[in-house]
Formats: sequence, C-alpha cells, structure tokens
Amino acid sequence: MWKAINTVGEGVAGYIKEMGRIFLLLLDTVRWSLYPPFRFDLLFQQMERVGVKSVLVVVLTGVFTGMVLALQTFYALKKFGAETMVGVTVALSMTRELGPVLTSIMVTGRAGSAMAAEIGSMRVTEQIDALFAMAVNPVKYLIVPRVLASIVVVPILTIIADFVGIVGGYFVGVIILRINAGVYVANMEKYVKLGDIYNGLIKAAVFGLILSLIGCYKGFTTTGGAEGVGRATTQSVVLAAVIILMADYLLTAVMF
Amino acid sequence: MIEIRGLHKSFGEQKVLEGVDLQIPKGRTTVILGRSGAGKSVLLKHIIGLIKPDKGKISVDGIDITRLGDKDLNEMRKKFGMLFQEAALFDSMTVGDNVAFPLREHTKLKEEDVRGIVAQRLEQVELPGLEEKMPAELSGGMKRRVGLARAIVLDPEIVLFDEPTTGLDPPMAEAIEDLIMKTQRRRGETFVVITHDIQTAFHIAHTIAMLHEGRIVEEGSPEVFRKSSNPVVQAFLARGEEKEVRG
Repeated sequence: MWKAINTVGEGVAGYIKEMGRIFLLLLDTVRWSLYPPFRFDLLFQQMERVGVKSVLVVVLTGVFTGMVLALQTFYALKKFGAETMVGVTVALSMTRELGPVLTSIMVTGRAGSAMAAEIGSMRVTEQIDALFAMAVNPVKYLIVPRVLASIVVVPILTIIADFVGIVGGYFVGVIILRINAGVYVANMEKYVKLGDIYNGLIKAAVFGLILSLIGCYKGFTTTGGAEGVGRATTQSVVLAAVIILMADYLLTAVMF
Repeated sequence: MIEIRGLHKSFGEQKVLEGVDLQIPKGRTTVILGRSGAGKSVLLKHIIGLIKPDKGKISVDGIDITRLGDKDLNEMRKKFGMLFQEAALFDSMTVGDNVAFPLREHTKLKEEDVRGIVAQRLEQVELPGLEEKMPAELSGGMKRRVGLARAIVLDPEIVLFDEPTTGLDPPMAEAIEDLIMKTQRRRGETFVVITHDIQTAFHIAHTIAMLHEGRIVEEGSPEVFRKSSNPVVQAFLARGEEKEVRG
C-alpha cells in the first residue's frame, strides 16, 4: 500500500518538477527573444517548416471534420426540424473548438515531434554543446525561432482549417443533404460572431506556444543516444497533446 | 593562462572530480591523460563553462569563469575553440557552412571574405574544396579535420580537444596528431587535449597531466612523465608499451 502511494507520489512530483522546468525554459525563451540581434532568417525558416509544410495535413483534417460534423448534426437537428442550423453548428464548432484544437494536434504530430527529434539528436551528438562552445546560445538560436514561428503560424493554419471545414460542411449540407443554400448561409452569418473566430485564434496561438515549447524542451533534455531521441519524440507528442486539451478547457472556461 | 583550483563535481552520488588543481600555461599544448571514465571530458567542459562546478574555481586570464553570468560567459567563450569527440558538426549544414558558422555569427565579414577564409582553413586541415559535402558523407578522420577547421576559424586564443584520436585507425590518428602539432606551432595558441591514449600524449604534449580518481596525480613534460615513479603512471605506461608491442 505504502509502496503504491509512494510510486504515485513520485510520479506526481516528477510531473510537477517537469512543468517547473518547462516554465523556466519559457522564461529563458522570452528573455533571449528580447536580446538583439533578432534572427528573422531563422524565424522565417521555421515558419516555413512549421507552417507551409503543415498546410496539406491541416486542409485534409479541416475539410473532413467539417464534412462529418455536417452529417452528424444533420442527423440530430432533423429530429427537431432544424436542419437549416447545420451550417451554424459546423461554423461554431470549427471556429471555437475544432479548428484550433485539431490543427494544433496535427502540428504537434508533424512539427512538434520533429523539433524534439532534431534538437534531441543535436543534444546527444554534442551539437548543442558545440553551439554553447561557439558562444551561440542554443535557446536563442534553436528555441526562440521555433516558438515564435509556432505562435504565429498555428493561428494562420487554424484560419485555413476553419475555412475549409466550413466549406466541407457546406458541401455536405447543401449539395448532398439538399438543405436550402440561402437559409444555410444566412443563419451562419446571423449566429456566428467575429468574436467566436478571434477567441479560437487566441487559443491557437497558446497551443502553438505549448506544442513548440514542449517539443523543444523534450529535445533539449534528451539523454541516452538514439533510443533517448525516440523516447523524447514520443513523450513530446503525448505531453503536448494532453496539455493542449487541458489548456483548451481552461481557455474555453475563461473566454466564453 | 588557465588556472584550476580545488575543482569538485559530482553527478548524484557519483563523485567525478575531487579537488583538481592544475595550471595550463599559455601558448603550449597540455595533455590531460586518464583512463576512460576518469572525468576528463567533465574537466574539459568545466574549462569552457559548459558545466558548473560544485566547488572550486577556474580562472582564464585572471577571470573566474565559474562566477560569470550567461552573457559574460558567452563573451568569454569567444576566446575558445573546441573540437568535440565526434566533431559535433551540424549535420543539417554543409562542411563549408559548418566552418563558416562562427564567422557568420560573430563577425560582419562579407560573404566572399567568409568563403575565402573557409577555403583557406579547409586547406590548412588538408581537405581543400570540400565545402559542398554534407558531414554524413565524411569519414571519422575527415569530420575531425573539419571540426578543427571550425574550432580555429576565429583565431581563438585557447583550443580544447576532446579525445581527438579516439576511434581512428593508427595512421589516421597520427595524421590528426601531426595536424594538431602543426596548427599549434603555426599559431602558438594554448591547446588543451584530453585523451586516454598515451601515444597521442607523448606525441603532441609539451606538458602531460594525469587525472586519476578525480585528482591530478602527476604533471610534467613527457620526459619527466616517462621517469615518474607514481604507480598509477607506471601502470598506464606499461599498458601503453604493451599496446605498442602488440600493435
């Protein structure tokens, strides 16, 4: 019994310690992002890697999510004769919730994991030490551009996901399920406010911070060779996904 | 000059350095010799501030680097070059970009000047024209030469070497040793080399210091070292001779 309590306690303590270290890395990242020189070259390079290269996967996720939402809500709303509200439901679900969350989870899988793997293999082959030794701070050189790029790019990807999701919903609702197009769009315009979209984008920026910071942290603290890099990569995806979902609830509770 | 006084470092329960005292003279090659796991790499990483000691101080030209903050330490590191054990080249960059990296980060030289210096440095390490290759395409010995070119590209006052010949075949190891000696003679910098290979030590050192169980147990020129009556040194010398006979 004591042993079990001990194990759980150690696990929780370890988790809290890790959160503390991630927070310290965040402070370090903020500090180094304020010191000149500002490396726009590295920032744009990361925006391309995190953003441009994630577009396809985000479009696919967004469009099919919008389509399946339309199908599911049609099934439910038909029971109340409210089929024309399918568009509103799809648009609100996408902009407020699914756009930012699914985009961030996809970017975590694609780019957050790559950050952990790349920085992790640099750590185990002493390339991080080499940066320090060459008087180049690795937080400034590696982490600041990745975190800033993610904060900027995840909201942009979310806008794309929102848009294609709504288009996908329209396709299913109007073309396949034959809901009246005029009413479908009019309801959407009436009930979806700009605030719904903005709040979704704020969430997306926070998720961008979370996924990049955790990817970089896991990479930066990698030990144990190639196996360690694999472990860090997996852990970064799992931890970032869980924290994104937790933060999602908190942000929703605060903002809506 | 680098002066190390009473340096202690433990990782968890494991004591690695237990009071290292060592003076590393300017403009000479000092080899720190010790068996694998003796804490040589840990000592070397203290000298460039990659690891903070539990106790003790390290002064470089009179400044105690263990007390410096991040920014000052960064400035201090510009005096140093370091060749890592497996060279630690950035595998996402070409050889040319690797060697140019410190120049691009710390100088405002024009791109053509950077390229000129890179070409000249690669020639010095006997790898001319290799700028466009990726590190993954190079052999272990070539990687270390490129690592050396990168370490000396900013003309540092002090160059640190972490096991520069480990894992290389004997002729390649000797070629790297010759290159280290030639580079040191040409520029007269302070070189600090750590190795477990006594042949390397005798070949390149002006001074040898033996690290054993967390302390420096013997120190002196190769001649003095050969005649040392210290049993740890004797055991090491005997192993070295054995290796020579077998090899």
